[in-house]
Amino acid sequence: METIQKRAGEDVSDELSLVQSAKAGDLEAFSELVNRYDRNVFRIAQHITHNEEDAQDVVQDAFLKAYQNLGQFQGNSKFYTWLVRIAVNEALMKLRKRRNEKTVSLDEDVETEEGSIPREVADWSPNPEQIYGQSELGDILRKTIQGLPPGFRTVFVLRDVEGLSTEETAEMLGLSVPAVKSRLLRARLQLRERLTKFFKARKNGDGQGEVH
Amino acid sequence: METAKVKCTEFLKELTDYLDGSLTESTKAELDEHLHWCHECHVVMNTTKKTIEIYRDNQIYELPESLRSRLHQAIMTKCKGAKPSKKNA
Repeated sequence: METIQKRAGEDVSDELSLVQSAKAGDLEAFSELVNRYDRNVFRIAQHITHNEEDAQDVVQDAFLKAYQNLGQFQGNSKFYTWLVRIAVNEALMKLRKRRNEKTVSLDEDVETEEGSIPREVADWSPNPEQIYGQSELGDILRKTIQGLPPGFRTVFVLRDVEGLSTEETAEMLGLSVPAVKSRLLRARLQLRERLTKFFKARKNGDGQGEVH
Repeated sequence: METAKVKCTEFLKELTDYLDGSLTESTKAELDEHLHWCHECHVVMNTTKKTIEIYRDNQIYELPESLRSRLHQAIMTKCKGAKPSKKNA
């Protein structure tokens, strides 16, 4: 089967020289780095915080922090990986603040109600993209992923939406490779389960959920 | 071929590596054989693949251009007042 991995930040040929120039205080070079990755950072921040205002703050704070700390960037990992690590930390801080909790952590390995045993086993047919308009489909996808614990959805977003490798995701989140794999599997299965309920309901025309 | 039959729970455990194409040829062949006769696992594999694709293809948090340029401007203004640290440079 063809791999479904997609890479973010493929164009790395001149990236190191941009970083070097920015380190020396060249703002134009840093501006180019912002242009390359602001969309990714915004998406990741939105996924983690679920709040647009917070996500905007995260984008600003993450790039500013990156700029101020460029001297600590060693160049043995990609700039993008380094930047996302900063952004994820900023986003988690926002989430904790918003929830007024100290417990929002990527270490949480919660057992959710659904577990990982597939219950809804029905194919999606016709393709949901043919049934729903883009904004309606967007609402479904947003609501569905928002129900996942932060640790699960962060791993899913970094691996499957942003296309980072398991190793990069592990390094970025301070988790082991098996922990990333385990969370990824459960995130994928839980999203699948929830979407299947939705898309099957729509297919049956009752809009209320599974009826079999 | 002397492959023991893969059970559904075993298939599920390998699902992530199967979808990512990161299995050895022999393990992949065993799982393909399971998929050949197990309709349920085939559907689960297929809809999990679609789950990943639908999230990848429909970016649900796009950054609107007007907001993007405002953020960009704000970032650059803040950076002008800050200097990159030379530590470890």
